[in-house]
Amino acid sequence: MLKLIEIKDLKTNFYTYEGIVQALDGINLSMREGEILGLVGETGCGKSVTALSILRLIRPPGKIEAGEVILRLQDESSQSKDPIDLLDQTEPLMQKVRGNEVSMIFQEASEALNPVYSVNNQVSESFLLHRQKELCRDVLKKIEQDLGKATSFLRRIILKMERRIYLRMRENPSSSWLAILSFLPIVRSYKRRMVNQARIESIELLRILGIPHPEEVVRRYPHQLSGGMQQRIVIAMALACSPTLLIADEPTSNLDVTIQAQILDLLQGLREKLKTSILFITHDLGVVAEICERAAVMYAGHIVEVAPVHPLFRKPLHPYTQGLLKSVPRPGEKGRLQSIEGNVPNLIHPPPGCRFHPRCPSVMAKCSERKPALRETEQGRFVACYLHHQETEKNDT
Amino acid sequence: MREAKSKYHFRNEVRKSLKPRVEELKFSLHRITRSPLSLIGLTLILVFATVAILAPQLAPPKRLYEPYQIPRDGYAATPQPPSTEHVFGTTEGQYDIYYGVIWGTRTAFRIGFMVVGATMLIGLFLGSLAGYYGGLVDEVIMRLVDIFMSIPTLILAMAIVTALGHSLDNVVKALIIVGWPIYARLIRGEILQIREEDYVSAARAVGCPNALIILKHILPNSVYPMLILASLDIGAVVLVAAALSFLGLGAPVGYADWGQMVSFARNWIVGPPQNPLAYWHTITIPGLFMLFFVLGWNLLGDAFRDILDPRLRRR
Repeated sequence: MLKLIEIKDLKTNFYTYEGIVQALDGINLSMREGEILGLVGETGCGKSVTALSILRLIRPPGKIEAGEVILRLQDESSQSKDPIDLLDQTEPLMQKVRGNEVSMIFQEASEALNPVYSVNNQVSESFLLHRQKELCRDVLKKIEQDLGKATSFLRRIILKMERRIYLRMRENPSSSWLAILSFLPIVRSYKRRMVNQARIESIELLRILGIPHPEEVVRRYPHQLSGGMQQRIVIAMALACSPTLLIADEPTSNLDVTIQAQILDLLQGLREKLKTSILFITHDLGVVAEICERAAVMYAGHIVEVAPVHPLFRKPLHPYTQGLLKSVPRPGEKGRLQSIEGNVPNLIHPPPGCRFHPRCPSVMAKCSERKPALRETEQGRFVACYLHHQETEKNDT
Repeated sequence: MREAKSKYHFRNEVRKSLKPRVEELKFSLHRITRSPLSLIGLTLILVFATVAILAPQLAPPKRLYEPYQIPRDGYAATPQPPSTEHVFGTTEGQYDIYYGVIWGTRTAFRIGFMVVGATMLIGLFLGSLAGYYGGLVDEVIMRLVDIFMSIPTLILAMAIVTALGHSLDNVVKALIIVGWPIYARLIRGEILQIREEDYVSAARAVGCPNALIILKHILPNSVYPMLILASLDIGAVVLVAAALSFLGLGAPVGYADWGQMVSFARNWIVGPPQNPLAYWHTITIPGLFMLFFVLGWNLLGDAFRDILDPRLRRR
């Protein structure tokens, strides 16, 4: 299996009035093609910051300090097949990557939709930004059909003009000549065909996502839709250009359990149909067990453990993962629910070494001295803890 | 036959695509007609608009090449009371009040629309730059705004008109220079709030360029307060222009302008001791025109707020 994306030593800081918040401190993570990777951790541990850093959407006062995000591009039009480092790219290239190669589903569906636009408008935006050539091709086909049918002289002239404009657009969608045309009052109505085509594509996409009556739904505004429906629209926006990597930032945390199950089914189905890899960010361990193949556990800006889901739940290695799993209620189990002692550290003054050591039940002297590296202990299992590093070292010798 | 059918089909398509807009328009009109105050405001403004449009019919100019010049009936200083010849009487210097207020309506609309339109555009442009990009751009623009706002409006406007020379165009320019900072500050505040919304991040995550994000995603969500302020401002701007005219800084003498009409009446507010109300018409009639104009825009501004603000619209 090829590696789709590899994050190396990613560091992101936020410069606030109280001090520098070290939100991400050297994240290492990689994903294979077509995989669903769960990113688990409690609130404020840096899950969303990781997602935003991958897309370089961190806004000031936040800043990506160091690291690499190496992505293998799938777009046929890109010159090189070599993986690129997203952190080195220019902003215009990033705009091509966002939505096209990597896209993101936001946490609050109701807030990720612009209240003043209809669903159609928001879903087609992605098509209009990234799929201009394909849209032009379809529009040209339509114009040819209309030309065949048109009888009146004036109509034929208009259609021929439109054909010329779209031929030009197919060759070079961002030519300055078109930019001027799109500002002229009556002439710019040529754009309507493009918009209509995008609308047809959006309806088709919503139908694939299993939304009933998509022709009706695209006309509605976000406030006229239910929470589950809004979430599906947000997913549709992210999937419009069939990205190779989909980052889902807690897509189900505000939904009913039944709707949640539907959305999870939908994502899983999409992965099979479109071969999209999904980085699934959540704090819900049940959801991780349900749809992910591997999971990465985050704590206070560090990744502490990465493992396939079943071994991880059966035998967690890192003390934090163990604590996390113990604090999940299980049906049929009696007695008090256990929680992890202490609080999440303040990331302006994080504890030195392993950031979990002040709360760790099996803390050692060297835990507070140096940060343990993420090391492979068994096949496919990585853990950043000296407890297990020792074991492997013993095994080695 | 086929031709006719396709025509019918086309009309149906147009009707179908326009349906939601027509419905929204009906809803807006319903909102306005439901509240009597906004209805009054709308009526006032419509009446003024009709007067402005029909000015050549209502008060036919004697000299066609300068219709804004108020005709005068002699050169005597003492105003004449209303008569059949001069419906609203004459003011100081025998200027016809009726002619002055009718053509003054055009002047008022012109000042209002030009000043508010230009201040809105400037404010919108600079405010969105400051709000969206932040940092140094924000700092420079906002300090400029502070400088402009720290000088009293009327005094700054007076200084600018004096520097540029007395004319109505210069009054408009002065009011634009004085007015834009409020809009810039308002729009910046709104944008600061909207730019943190998730749907803006979502637009960025889809790969929208910055200009498109500002124009398409941020501005439509943040212009409502500004549109409301603008509708209130059209009235207010006319008042400030009148104040400048009153101080003798506005239009040339005899130009149809309400401020100037009031300034003509300056010496005749109180009549001779035995009959203090002898010259009431000189101040009251232009004053009432101004009052209703400003009142109309204020009421309409409230109505706009009810219709345009999506958070209040469906209540």
